[in-house]
Amino acid sequence: MTDRPLVLGIETSCDETGVGIVRGRELLADEVASSMDQHARFGGVVPEVASRAHLEAMVPVLEGAFAKAGVKPDDIDAVAVTAGPGLAGALMVGVAAAKAYAYALGKPLYGVNHLAAHVAVDQLEHGPLPASCVALLVSGGHSSLLLVPDVTGDVSSLGSTIDDAAGEAYDKVARVLGLPFPGGPPVDKAAREGRADAIRFPRAKLHDGTLDFSFAGLKTAVARWVEARKDAGEPVPVADVAASFQEAVADVLTRKAVTACREHGVTDLVIGGGVAANSRLRALAAARCESAGIRLRVPRPGLCTDNGAMVAALGAEIVARGRPPSTLALPADSSLPITEVLVP
Amino acid sequence: MLLLGLDTATPAVTVALHDGGQPLAQLVTVDAHRHAELLAPAVARVIADAGVSRYDLTGIVAGVGPGPYTGLRVGLVTARVLGAALGIPVYGLCTLDAIAADVDAGGGDFLVATDARRRELYWARYDAAGRRTVGPEVARPADIPVAGLPSAGEGPMLYPGLFPGGLGPAFPAAATLCRVAAAALESGDPDKLLLAPEPLYLRRPDAREPGAPKRVSQ
Ligand SMILES: [Zn+2]
Repeated sequence: MTDRPLVLGIETSCDETGVGIVRGRELLADEVASSMDQHARFGGVVPEVASRAHLEAMVPVLEGAFAKAGVKPDDIDAVAVTAGPGLAGALMVGVAAAKAYAYALGKPLYGVNHLAAHVAVDQLEHGPLPASCVALLVSGGHSSLLLVPDVTGDVSSLGSTIDDAAGEAYDKVARVLGLPFPGGPPVDKAAREGRADAIRFPRAKLHDGTLDFSFAGLKTAVARWVEARKDAGEPVPVADVAASFQEAVADVLTRKAVTACREHGVTDLVIGGGVAANSRLRALAAARCESAGIRLRVPRPGLCTDNGAMVAALGAEIVARGRPPSTLALPADSSLPITEVLVP
Repeated sequence: MLLLGLDTATPAVTVALHDGGQPLAQLVTVDAHRHAELLAPAVARVIADAGVSRYDLTGIVAGVGPGPYTGLRVGLVTARVLGAALGIPVYGLCTLDAIAADVDAGGGDFLVATDARRRELYWARYDAAGRRTVGPEVARPADIPVAGLPSAGEGPMLYPGLFPGGLGPAFPAAATLCRVAAAALESGDPDKLLLAPEPLYLRRPDAREPGAPKRVSQ
């Protein structure tokens, strides 16, 4: 097997139907169809709506990816797919599609871990991962700190949220402030006009000695503060609330990420997931990494959110290492542990 | 003609290979919760058992339900992706019609009812010639106008008190999907008899639009 395998990646763990094609660490195509518009009025991703959209989008997105990459289906060396974690019904559409495609083409199938794929995707932008790194993954579905000695087979969890994901807190705060769903981009935008030190919101678990997070209390503190203003008949300073909330989130995430690097003697931090697109998180991470002597790697926003390229990127790395493929009986596992990078 | 038939709209994962005249291989596994794991190996298995190549397939026919969504989608996405990758047409057939095609009602009207979960059934009514005259619909068992008719599908087994005179079969047979599709293709007007491979959900997704945010302070 070549060290630059041509790999198709399929991702359907949440609301994005993603198909990517890579050659080794070179990105050839990254097609995504999102059902986010259909979820907006419900204020959160509705699993059944997402699953229905995956079925409709799958073949067009697959064909779009091949057209974009300029390669033929027969040319690919392997098919990789997100086997978990994620929404069970949504995962099953992608896993079934990947099996059908791999079988039809007579190519090996690799069922991979979504979180490890969020780390591997950075290789498409910044080259090979270092011998060991820490990854901070933050999105509407995950808030995790990982230790990654080898993204193809040795990943462990250092900490994660004990309640809401960071992205969920953004969605809930956006609602309280009357901003649209998903909350990340509008809160970030509003925050740029506000003062980050206007309100001191709580930083849960900051000094608890663990690398875990908690965002439920912060979300409630924001709601309570806004209610108090309204009860007093005063206007809500949306920009200041957004900036102060965002500061609390970015503060906790970056402090714990830097602590994780120090505790494990690691000098490289990778940030991924939709919240990695947040401007304050990026700026604060850059500043803190610089003063701690840590190299920071953050892929461009399009590669941070869920996509097929990240699955293809991890698949290509696994294929290049000569790992054995999955079988056609590959299950989708909504709570796949991070220690399982490749599902047999 | 070499047709691959599959249906995942009931607890049965059923797959068959058919040459237009007879089934060459078939495989049925009843397990309501493992459609995603069972289907692809079953497809590979029937094609291997029949001693043919997947590149010899001329068409695919998939049951479009109605059926519980997750399993149904596994079958439809498999059929669609196989069809796209192999460059062959994909047809749909109502799962209740596939069950009806194997019913011998002795010259009268009959019903087909399958499990819709949440204490509901998918159902349709057929005439003596096996043509669907009502449905498919989803309803609480007590609301189905059974009218003393014989019935097929898993419904009569789940609610024996409501359905007199249960007929077989409980589940669709993929070989029957192929047989019906082959006849439709030979009729020269398959579009009149076959459906697009689009799921029959019959229900909207469960989701409610949120009201104003709830108060968190006392
Ligand atoms: Zn993700």
